[in-house]
Amino acid sequence: MSHSANETGGTGPSHRKGEIWFALFMGLMGAIAIYGALKVGIGWGAEGPKAGFFPFYLGLFVVLGSVVNLINAMREPEDGKLLAEWSQLGQVVSVVIPTTVYVLAIPYLGVYVSSALLIAGFMKYFGKYSWLKAIIVAVAVPLMLFVTFEQWFLVPLPKGPVENWFGY
Amino acid sequence: MIEDIGNLFHGFAVVVQPYNLVLMVIGIVLGVIVGVLPGLGGANGIAILLPLTFSMSPTSAIIMLSCIYWGALFGGAITSILFNIPGEPWSVATTFDGHPMAQQGRAGEALTAAFTSSFVGALFAVIVITLVAPMVANFALRFGPAEIFAVYFLAFASFVGLSKEPPFKTIVAMMLGFALGAVGLDQMTGQLRLTFGFTEMLNGFDFLIAVIGLFGIGEILLTMEEGLSFKGKAAHIDPKVVWQTWKTLPKYWMLSLRSCLIGCWMGISPAGATPASFMSYGIAKRISKRGKNFGNGEIEGVIAPETAAHAAGTSALLPMIALGVPGSPTAAVLLGGLLIWGLQPGPLLFVEQKDFVWGLIASMYMGNIVGLLIVLTCVPVFAAILRIPFSVIAPVILVLCAIGAYTVHNSTFDVLMMVVFGILGYFMKKFNYPMAPMVLAIVLGDKAEEAFRQSLLSSGGSLSVFFSNALVSTIMVLGIISAFWSVISNTWAKIRGKEVAA
Repeated sequence: MSHSANETGGTGPSHRKGEIWFALFMGLMGAIAIYGALKVGIGWGAEGPKAGFFPFYLGLFVVLGSVVNLINAMREPEDGKLLAEWSQLGQVVSVVIPTTVYVLAIPYLGVYVSSALLIAGFMKYFGKYSWLKAIIVAVAVPLMLFVTFEQWFLVPLPKGPVENWFGY
Repeated sequence: MIEDIGNLFHGFAVVVQPYNLVLMVIGIVLGVIVGVLPGLGGANGIAILLPLTFSMSPTSAIIMLSCIYWGALFGGAITSILFNIPGEPWSVATTFDGHPMAQQGRAGEALTAAFTSSFVGALFAVIVITLVAPMVANFALRFGPAEIFAVYFLAFASFVGLSKEPPFKTIVAMMLGFALGAVGLDQMTGQLRLTFGFTEMLNGFDFLIAVIGLFGIGEILLTMEEGLSFKGKAAHIDPKVVWQTWKTLPKYWMLSLRSCLIGCWMGISPAGATPASFMSYGIAKRISKRGKNFGNGEIEGVIAPETAAHAAGTSALLPMIALGVPGSPTAAVLLGGLLIWGLQPGPLLFVEQKDFVWGLIASMYMGNIVGLLIVLTCVPVFAAILRIPFSVIAPVILVLCAIGAYTVHNSTFDVLMMVVFGILGYFMKKFNYPMAPMVLAIVLGDKAEEAFRQSLLSSGGSLSVFFSNALVSTIMVLGIISAFWSVISNTWAKIRGKEVAA
């Protein structure tokens, strides 16, 4: 397929293709709901409609709606409209990956240390701040959160080795 | 009626307790901040802070959370006018004339007009709520399961018909929301469903996680893609400008009244604040004598959308209080709060939880007055927040979202789900799938299903139960009409379009 350039000259995946894939994805979600509903039974049991009764029709609606959306997307002409430029998608991915790593790190490092790392990394990578500034913010924000949640509202958040070392 | 007024004064007495007043101010300030920052809308901000209120009394909690909502409604105007960036979708229409006014050096005037009209719109809607909500609730007390389901049907059907997104995308988003809400334990049979053997999914998907992911993380991803940089006009409001602007406002009373009515109407039906603000702006442009000058900094172009958006945002709480059917994602989050605090939303609230309901209504009056004072005096502070670069704000918002998601059930799996919902939200936004009906469906899924199955149980499985009496038939027919509203108008537009083309 050919990408036609837009005003800024960047290239990227076409909006129409994305639309088609997303309709297929939504349809798949609907199909999963139908499959799950069939497993628990969609008919009538001793106490009336079985557990899968409602989800079955929900799934059916999702699948049918997605088919319509898919057809609509296919009928659209390939007009060179981009989903986003590759560089823009790169920006998005460069947020998604550290965020996922951050979330996965929380059970091991605790919220506060992982947050400090996320903030420092983000400021360094996207904001091109000096290490000093990045570290000041990265320490100050989790510290404020610590006081707010643990001391003030008494809501315990996941803690890791560093907090243990301080005796929490 | 007289009794209601008595209850309202009792509500005021609850609200003016010092503790509640402090919570109110905190709520408003947090709300404005939440409204000013990208990625932290009213719904999302309340969802993040909801877990902090678990230990409060429900009345204090709802006062603080609803004040966050008022604050967010006010905050949207600041970014629209000074930065030409709508902090909230309903302030998009405010940028059309608000930002040109700021560029001409009339920022103070524009902000005063925006805040004052917001206040007027909200006040109008609160009065409507005070008068109408008890009556609606009283009427709804006789609803059986079939009628309750019909009301849900009407609410969701109007999403399909009235939202600007394509109807089939609305249906897919909504039904997927219901399906996500159905995951886990089936409340009627006690059976597990749609968990596919994952123990993490036993409790299903919490809507708070969905809200934080869809609205918070999704918004951050979109902002990153656009590579936003904030360049704003400096602003401060001196009392003289406020006073002069206030003197000119009364002559726009007709415009205000019309915008209030549009706002209330759109807010009660779940179409919401955003279309209300556009509709009000459009009509004002058509009717006004200075209509041609709209878009170049006309004060009427600020009054119209702001009044309507605030009236709609406020009246969205009416069906939430009276029927237990939220009219907006934010109202849905507040409704979720009621469930968490152990209150049963619905018409019985007016009978069983008088303190709570009237405290909430009284706090709407007080919250908007306090909110107006705070935003008028503190604009420079709030504008300064927006000057903090996005590369600092974004990770902090990500952290707040993660903590908010964690505190809902103290589960790190929820935080991961939040990221998944964030990615889903990004693509939904890109492909024009509406998120509000999805969130509402996750919240109301269990209740809608329960009403549906109970109705079918009583009729032995026949759908005729939804047309068994005049009341339920009327609601169902209204629902069907609103579901097909866009189909009707689209077909009509297509026919006319073809005629023009030929």
